[in-house]
Amino acid sequence: MKKDNNQLVMTLLKGRTFIVLILLVIFFSFASSSFLSLNTLTMVAKHVALYGILALGMTFVIITGGIDLSVGSVVGLVGMLAGGLIQEGFTFGDKTLYFTVPAIIVLMLCVGCLIGWINGIIITKLNVAAFITTLGTMYICRGLANLRSNGATFASIGGFEGLGNVGLKALGADWLGIPAGVYVFAILSFMAAILLNKTPTGWHFLAVGGNEKSAKLSGIKSDQVKIWAYIISGFCAAWIGLINTAQLSAAHPASGDGWEMNAIAATVLGGTSMSGGSGTIIGTIVGAFVIGVINDGMTMCGVSEFWQKIIRGAVIILAVIIDQTQRNLQAKMALQARNESK
Amino acid sequence: MFDDPNVVLHCEKIDKIYPGTKALDQVSFDLLKGKVNVLIGENGAGKSTLMKMIAGIEQPSAGKMYMDGEEVYFKDTNAARARGIGIIHQELSLFQNLTVYQNIFMNHEKTKGFFLDDAQHIEGAKKILKRLEHEIPPDTLVGDLRVGQQQMVEIARNLVEDDLRVLIMDEPTSSLSAAEVKVLFKIMRELLEQGLSIVYISHRLEEIMEIGDHVTILRDGKYVADADIKDITLEWIVENMVGKNTQYHRFTRSIDLDKSEKILEVKNLSLPKTGGGWLLDSVNMYLKKGEVLGIYGLLGAGRSEVFECLMGMRPEHSGEVIYNGKHMKIGTISDQLNAGFAIVPEDRQRQGLVQSLDICKNASLASLSDFTTGFLMNYPAEEKAVDEEIKELHIKVADKHLPILSLSGGNQQKVVIAKGLMTKPTVLLMDEPSRGIDIGAKTEVFEIIHEFSERGLSIIVISSELKEIMAIADRIYVLSNGKCTAELSGSTITEDNLVHASYAGLGTGKSAA
Repeated sequence: MKKDNNQLVMTLLKGRTFIVLILLVIFFSFASSSFLSLNTLTMVAKHVALYGILALGMTFVIITGGIDLSVGSVVGLVGMLAGGLIQEGFTFGDKTLYFTVPAIIVLMLCVGCLIGWINGIIITKLNVAAFITTLGTMYICRGLANLRSNGATFASIGGFEGLGNVGLKALGADWLGIPAGVYVFAILSFMAAILLNKTPTGWHFLAVGGNEKSAKLSGIKSDQVKIWAYIISGFCAAWIGLINTAQLSAAHPASGDGWEMNAIAATVLGGTSMSGGSGTIIGTIVGAFVIGVINDGMTMCGVSEFWQKIIRGAVIILAVIIDQTQRNLQAKMALQARNESK
Repeated sequence: MFDDPNVVLHCEKIDKIYPGTKALDQVSFDLLKGKVNVLIGENGAGKSTLMKMIAGIEQPSAGKMYMDGEEVYFKDTNAARARGIGIIHQELSLFQNLTVYQNIFMNHEKTKGFFLDDAQHIEGAKKILKRLEHEIPPDTLVGDLRVGQQQMVEIARNLVEDDLRVLIMDEPTSSLSAAEVKVLFKIMRELLEQGLSIVYISHRLEEIMEIGDHVTILRDGKYVADADIKDITLEWIVENMVGKNTQYHRFTRSIDLDKSEKILEVKNLSLPKTGGGWLLDSVNMYLKKGEVLGIYGLLGAGRSEVFECLMGMRPEHSGEVIYNGKHMKIGTISDQLNAGFAIVPEDRQRQGLVQSLDICKNASLASLSDFTTGFLMNYPAEEKAVDEEIKELHIKVADKHLPILSLSGGNQQKVVIAKGLMTKPTVLLMDEPSRGIDIGAKTEVFEIIHEFSERGLSIIVISSELKEIMAIADRIYVLSNGKCTAELSGSTITEDNLVHASYAGLGTGKSAA
């Protein structure tokens, strides 16, 4: 009987993020009468997609034992580059070239991958700590974003019919009543889950994060695996750069400031271990929802921005405390049972 | 060109130089086809290093390797694997965070199109594990397995590919039970029949006599001898392995230990192992004032764990500790230091020293609070105390503010001992105090142990070297598989008794010849 109880506690602890999510939704729907409306849920989903897509990339990085602080700045930089390409085109010499929107999207995704690749190369080949490397690229990208327009905003990202570059705003619009970003989030989540669970590369991410020395001895090219994690992270950040710009109908150089922290928080809330080696995509998705629901729910209840930050911080720490408690409890229970049986 | 049909792989005058040491010195080695090639030698003889060259984990500094009549060079493990060379590592190199089948097929994944074929993985893992007579469910997390089971998974990993020609096994039995060893030997014989060649490294001499075909002995990085097992005896192996000059002078004691009171007593000390089994299983021992107590046992017998319990590093232990006649509640490490315990840990580089600090700071690290004025460090007092200790232990230092790594291994070890002694301990715990230091320094360390015990310090020494522990200890407990299997003193301290007891807990009932 007692064993059953313990197992129940364990199941509850393991599904805790999901339970917290449900409790939060129930709480906010009582606290604010308009929370459970279609409009609100659409808004929440729109915001969740922003953190969520960043968190997908972050999950791969953290699973390999790294961290990527540059994603927020990549969001800003990609937005500025895309906005600039639409409004001003690409000028060389006396010619100005305008790209179509699909071409711009592909180009921007390449920019994101390139920044991720640079992060990965510096971290693995030059042996600089991930924290320092991505802190550096975070500043550099933010600086470049400001440099592109001298700190000004690109306001007309709608494009011009005559130039054939109309259409980026579609990424910020609703399709069949659901924000476009949510579709992107869903597709990327699906791809990420397949990559992590169903391909050899997915195993390699877990192996490198779990025991890098063994991974190397197994013939896995751990440097390449890590570089890929940062490329994925940059790729995801580029998507958010585009979606965010489209949603705002403008490209602002300060966009995405601090969003890397939301992504890390969502990933950790989702059960990915900061020491690497374990984590799931579904966990990260739930984590992103928790962050999104807390943020929007508190705003709707009229909680001040200052208090929001305090509560968000407390929730993150609490989540990790519960995570550690669960592990300790599990180990302790097993040992105690054995000591008693002696 | 080297070409001999009976030799799978030939090493020609291999050198391996690490900063400061020459791990291999002009070693030539023939890996015979379809045989169990045994490599033996004491710790640090260069066995594992040589195998790392062959498996492509490290590359020789000089020398050549030949296979199939042509020179080969393995830049990494993949290159060696492509030639059919697999290795089972001494330290398990598994992924604790992944499942059994993921571990087995890591980097040998089976796919359907782009996707993993887990059904095939699970099927394949089951088949291999069945062959190994260990039907562990393939979706178990490796971190949840017993060490012996993990060892089997490690072996299974190497059997995944069919093109294996050479299997290197670096002490595969050190964590296996007797039944598991039997299964392993059976598998090895099967593999030989299939034309595989095996390199086998082990410290268990009686195992070597049972399974080995050809033996090669290394000592201090040099080749010593090789012979077919059928032509030789255990005595021959031991003689070549240890050399002739390892007799230590036995110290005579002036203290009458019979009249000395018990300072420390441990009752029913047990320590559970994660994943099942016991690291320590109801161990009882006592220590008298001024006594040098030895703890002997094979690797993994639970020797270091006794110290870890006493130093407060294993709060999950159970049992009673009586210290100075009173029941003692084991606290944190600093509580234990304050209570009069001090430890000289086994791994000097990782546990004993802080490499970035100088000699003086390393020595005073555990007793810094003794050298303060108010909140601030009193450097003159600290340096004076360190100077005294350096003089007393005859540590050869030009300047105590030099980096710790500028010292020889023996002098580094003395600094670690000085650190322990500077806490003014009542009980000093020394874990393999003579490991990795030269013979002169060993003798000096033994003299230090003797001298301080004569002054009334109670010392427990762990050693895996028979001759050493026989020379320094007044009384010896033998641990085997977490159990205390013998208590020897005076004339009962003999090599036979020690060796016999060290196997007694494994349940084989065999002693080394």
